[in-house]
Amino acid sequence: MTAVSDRRQLAYIASQAADARVNVELETEGMTLNIGPQHPATHGTLRIVARLDGEQVVSADPICGYMHRGYEKLTEVRSFPQVTTLVNRIDWLGSFANEVPFILAAEKLMGIEAPPRAQYIRTILFELSRIANVSLFLGDMGVQLGALTAVFYAFRDREYVLNQIEAATGGRFHPNFDRIGGLKDDLPKGWIAETRACMDKMRTFCDLMEDLLVGNEIFAERTRGIGVIPRDVALSYGLSGANLRASGVDFDLRRDQRLPMAWDKAEWKVWTHPDGDSFARYWVRLQEVRESTRIVDQLLDSLPSGPVMAKVPRIIKVPEGEAWVSTENPLGEMGYYVVSKGDTGPFRVKIRSASFNNIAVASWVLKGTFVPDVITILASLYFILGDIDR
Amino acid sequence: MPKVPGLLKGLGVTFAAIVQTTKPKRLGGGAATVQYPHVKEAPPTRARGVIALREENCTVCMLCARSCPDWCIYIEGHKEKAPPRRAGGKPRTVSALDRFDIDYALCMYCGICVEVCPFDALFWSPEYEYSEPHIADLLHDKSKLGLWMETVPEAPELEVGADKKKK
Amino acid sequence: MTTLAVVIPYWGQSILRSLGVAAAVLLPAGTAVYVYLFKMVSFMQSRLGPMEAGPYGSMQLFAEVGKFLQKEDLIPRGADRRIFKLAPIVVVATVFLVYVPIPFGPFAVFGSYDTGIFLALAVSSISVLGILMAGWSSANKYSLMGGLRAAGQLLAYELPMVLAVVGVVIQAGTLNLQGIVAAQHSEKIFGWGGIGYPYVVTQFVGLAVFLIAAQAELTQTPFDMPIAESELVAGYMTEYSGFRFLLFFIGEFAAAGAFAALASTLFLGGWALPWVSLSNHWMNVVGPLVLFTKMMLVMFVIFWVRFTYPRLREDQLQRFAWKVLIPITLANIVVTAVVKVVF
Repeated sequence: MTAVSDRRQLAYIASQAADARVNVELETEGMTLNIGPQHPATHGTLRIVARLDGEQVVSADPICGYMHRGYEKLTEVRSFPQVTTLVNRIDWLGSFANEVPFILAAEKLMGIEAPPRAQYIRTILFELSRIANVSLFLGDMGVQLGALTAVFYAFRDREYVLNQIEAATGGRFHPNFDRIGGLKDDLPKGWIAETRACMDKMRTFCDLMEDLLVGNEIFAERTRGIGVIPRDVALSYGLSGANLRASGVDFDLRRDQRLPMAWDKAEWKVWTHPDGDSFARYWVRLQEVRESTRIVDQLLDSLPSGPVMAKVPRIIKVPEGEAWVSTENPLGEMGYYVVSKGDTGPFRVKIRSASFNNIAVASWVLKGTFVPDVITILASLYFILGDIDR
Repeated sequence: MPKVPGLLKGLGVTFAAIVQTTKPKRLGGGAATVQYPHVKEAPPTRARGVIALREENCTVCMLCARSCPDWCIYIEGHKEKAPPRRAGGKPRTVSALDRFDIDYALCMYCGICVEVCPFDALFWSPEYEYSEPHIADLLHDKSKLGLWMETVPEAPELEVGADKKKK
Repeated sequence: MTTLAVVIPYWGQSILRSLGVAAAVLLPAGTAVYVYLFKMVSFMQSRLGPMEAGPYGSMQLFAEVGKFLQKEDLIPRGADRRIFKLAPIVVVATVFLVYVPIPFGPFAVFGSYDTGIFLALAVSSISVLGILMAGWSSANKYSLMGGLRAAGQLLAYELPMVLAVVGVVIQAGTLNLQGIVAAQHSEKIFGWGGIGYPYVVTQFVGLAVFLIAAQAELTQTPFDMPIAESELVAGYMTEYSGFRFLLFFIGEFAAAGAFAALASTLFLGGWALPWVSLSNHWMNVVGPLVLFTKMMLVMFVIFWVRFTYPRLREDQLQRFAWKVLIPITLANIVVTAVVKVVF
């Protein structure tokens, strides 16, 4: 784990200066390039208006909203189980993780806690959705850089995780499994052994990605020293998740917050990297997938028995009040501010999604970079459009 | 001057993948592809494929239609007079189901209707091959939903440690 | 002129030559597309590739050609029509020309020139013009960027390619490709003539640099900045569809075949088999097959590297060409010349 070498930084600055010299000598007009909204590299319909001078970016403004589905308005006229279903679709790759903070906020308002078995299974499914989400990132970063094979391995090995989620919940992408007071159902027979085998396969996948990409010198050339976000800038822009940890900030809501979930029942480590460049963000996420597999293994070993649903009435009316719960989702910190007026549905829900804040740093970090680096940096920040636009 | 070993290891990974895919099946090789429609994978028991209706259990309480986030269930019913349970009692009113349609073009496959039904009239089935060339054919009526009942599997056994009590 | 049982008039020979070039170009291109692009990359990615069109998907290429042929001929409104239409023709024509000096057998060569390798390399660099024409005339900012990147990259990598070949030329003593094949066939390694003397034994540096430069000339990963799929959609080819795109496609794979053929001829011994005499008339039939096999091996390496590595950024590409490859090839030339004179 080395810091970015000065020589590499000097080389990058030299090439930027060389490009700028050419632009001045040729006295060309700048070019405005619209990257997106239809583009293979932006993970969805994101538009970046980049003003270019040669191959160098003078300014870049991210424009989102092409995928706005009006979530917060939709939640005003739906009941809590219906909102749970909708909320799955915000970050569609790690979808169980979207339900959890919402349900926890509702449970906070009701003043109940799910039974221990439900808490453990919730945490296990949460970590499984993290593995599914971030393993796709590990392959996707390869594709953005040109290594086409990496993403196929990611999809192939991610299938095992999705099969496990489907076996338990019935849905691969949209589990809709969390309920106020616990879970919808218990696990089917044989699930624990299969999930353990699946975690072994995911660890093999992480080793594969390490051999294929992390150790690759071309990958290192393309990502080391690119898109450095210093610690204070990261904190001031409100980055969260692996982006923040890759800039050297030791902050993880799973450890730093007491929630009725089972993270404190397992021994695990928070990974940080001091560099803050694109390589650091990739590396931190790779280690996080490995760490998640270890968390799942430990929780499976110590899974308590008992009911998965607390005693709740059939028609749940959540008492009046306001509650805020945020969790360490695969993309960063995701939180729900739920305002209830005593109905079967929320009065107002404010969704704080991680990618919306993560993409805000794009205008700062993309200044002065080359066009290929724009792609690398956006890929390493890892946002999902559904998460930005809601 | 880039060092070589990492580059060679990457080549080794992809070459190993070629070997793994071209190895015959009996040696543990093969691609990750399942050649649908020649070979079909069986979805897990709980997979949410299609909703089946057991008409005799339905009392037209409308709970499912009301709780659907998409409002894709269309129910019509009427009240009928049925003979009294015991001789000499009042005639009962029972609800009869006229129309029960689920529009699978709108359905989100969330399962709230199945969960909320108090009379166990709706079930999940893992069947998924019912796509149609015309979108209007995705409105499954009462009889078609009854046919799906044949494909509903038994609920899977639960893991160790689960509460044996069923709701 | 070879003596056959039948006397074929000159126009007949020209027609045979044209058909021969078409076959020589399209057969390796088509086979490479099927074996490497459809099947090998699929196996690398744990999937099966096309399986439905024909047995094991062997007819997929014909299906794709048919699909391209029936597409609408789109030309963007602001595009320079004449240059837009000319660009793919320039690229494909130059690739055909590269095959002309390559010998396929003792007499199976389209044109035997004393400056064979020089002609091949010179002609292959005309395709840069075609790519620039395509990028500029497309009236699309992405295509323009792809074309500009291609211009810089392809010019930069011409030099290492030429310099890598100079080592072979010094060893063989001739620029004539037929002569280079003969030299590899007849010479002996330390007195043992078992496998002849393929120049890969001493010119391994040259072969490595030639393959790297060929990878860059074909704009394949890790040097595919001009096409950079995830950034520029398809670079200079973005606005092309239908038959015009098919021409670019054929040009790309035919060029891969051309460079593989050159590499096989220069470094691996070409069409000759060491234990068969050079003037054996049967080599006119077996020679192309031998050369084809060697081309397939070289193309395997080219495509293997293509689908494994991420791509280098433009300035990193240029730095690699100018600061790393050219000094290596210059040193190779010096060493070769010294060894040739001393020993």
